[in-house]
Amino acid sequence: MIKTDALIIGAGPTGLFTAHQIKLIGLDCEIVDNLDKVGGQCIELYPDKPIYDIPAVPECTGEELTKNLINQLKPFDIKFHLSERVEEVKKDNVNWIVKTNNGKIFSTPNVIIAGGVGSFEPRKFSIKECEKFENKSVFYSVKDKKIFEGKTVAIFGGGDSALDWAIELSKNSKVNLIHRREEFRGAQATVNKMHALAKEGKINLFTKYQMTSVHGNGQLESIDIKNDDDEKKNLKADYALGFFGLIMQLGPIANWGLNLDKKTIEVDTEKFETNQKGIYAVGDICSYPGKLKLILSGFHEGALAARACFKLARPDEKYRFEFTTTSTNLLKRLGKKE
Amino acid sequence: MAKITYITSDAKVHEIEVQNGLTVMEGAVQNNIPGIDADCGGGMACATCHVYVQDDWYNKLSAKEDGEEDMLDMAFEPKKNSRLSCQLIVSDELDGLVVNIPSKQS
Repeated sequence: MIKTDALIIGAGPTGLFTAHQIKLIGLDCEIVDNLDKVGGQCIELYPDKPIYDIPAVPECTGEELTKNLINQLKPFDIKFHLSERVEEVKKDNVNWIVKTNNGKIFSTPNVIIAGGVGSFEPRKFSIKECEKFENKSVFYSVKDKKIFEGKTVAIFGGGDSALDWAIELSKNSKVNLIHRREEFRGAQATVNKMHALAKEGKINLFTKYQMTSVHGNGQLESIDIKNDDDEKKNLKADYALGFFGLIMQLGPIANWGLNLDKKTIEVDTEKFETNQKGIYAVGDICSYPGKLKLILSGFHEGALAARACFKLARPDEKYRFEFTTTSTNLLKRLGKKE
Repeated sequence: MAKITYITSDAKVHEIEVQNGLTVMEGAVQNNIPGIDADCGGGMACATCHVYVQDDWYNKLSAKEDGEEDMLDMAFEPKKNSRLSCQLIVSDELDGLVVNIPSKQS
């Protein structure tokens, strides 16, 4: 069991700056995120898109913003737990006991949910029957590429993941690449390479087609695809891979006894505390009258939630507000003073 | 103002007067019409405000930006007449627009 003053769920910009504020006032914290990297929506949805409304930063991309936030955390020792999804939050006598899908357990007086719109999960095929084959012959990521050797693989999608895997697997498998339109949104060099392989007959390309059904008994045997003009084809398929990007799901958060408004968590605007004492929500996932889904609002919310954590983490001490420009304590924590 | 008709997948018809300048997505969300999730809040970054535009209207709408077509690749059951409703800005010209909401957004 890992003990900490505050556990932050979500390593997006709000979670990162909240961690900064918690460490600055002298508390410990750890961060859990379902993704395998830090940055949340900024990295997953718009790494290259410029953002123009971060105060004092006229223009930066999602990736640059994330890098700067990580840099700002350099003075501090913060433990990240990536690729871990929080499944359960329950109270023992005093603390919140937080469990992840991989069995990590935290004990903490403060849980700060900075979860955006929930956790990122792969988008799946719209055909319901695909569920029967999921993780056997239908996959949304590749863990072991050896299983595809010598097999016929149907790859769906138009982005880099679909293209990269079509190119890679075409070395040792029969690859059918299927996409709903002629344009691919992957990197141009990758698109060119795929087209070259298609010309050589190493990849069979089906554009303007989408999946309509799957067939097989236990193991996938074939799939049906259909184009915009209702032309149907049946393709042999030992495996089907879908690369449709990620979707955000509220997921287990819905089961933690919090007051929800649609997909957001209701909080007060003093501590950004939920209806459960010691559980806070900040950033896009929280709601209150006047809430703006801006990164700058998340920074403000995190700064206030961090101060609220102090009371529960250090019940016998009094929190004193200080400025980084003048406080010796803060400058020491930032590594600027001995 | 424009009257926008949202038809949900259970064939229920919702006729809403939407203010000019709002998006078709916002018109749905503010009036609690089910089936439009709009997870990213209108940033053309999630494809969960996906709608089907009835044929007679499809060609009258402003053209898609590249990014919208890219996002539609990820939408649930995209069709030829698919649009992201966060990219459709309401004006008097859209008065009478009819959109169908898919059975799911993801």
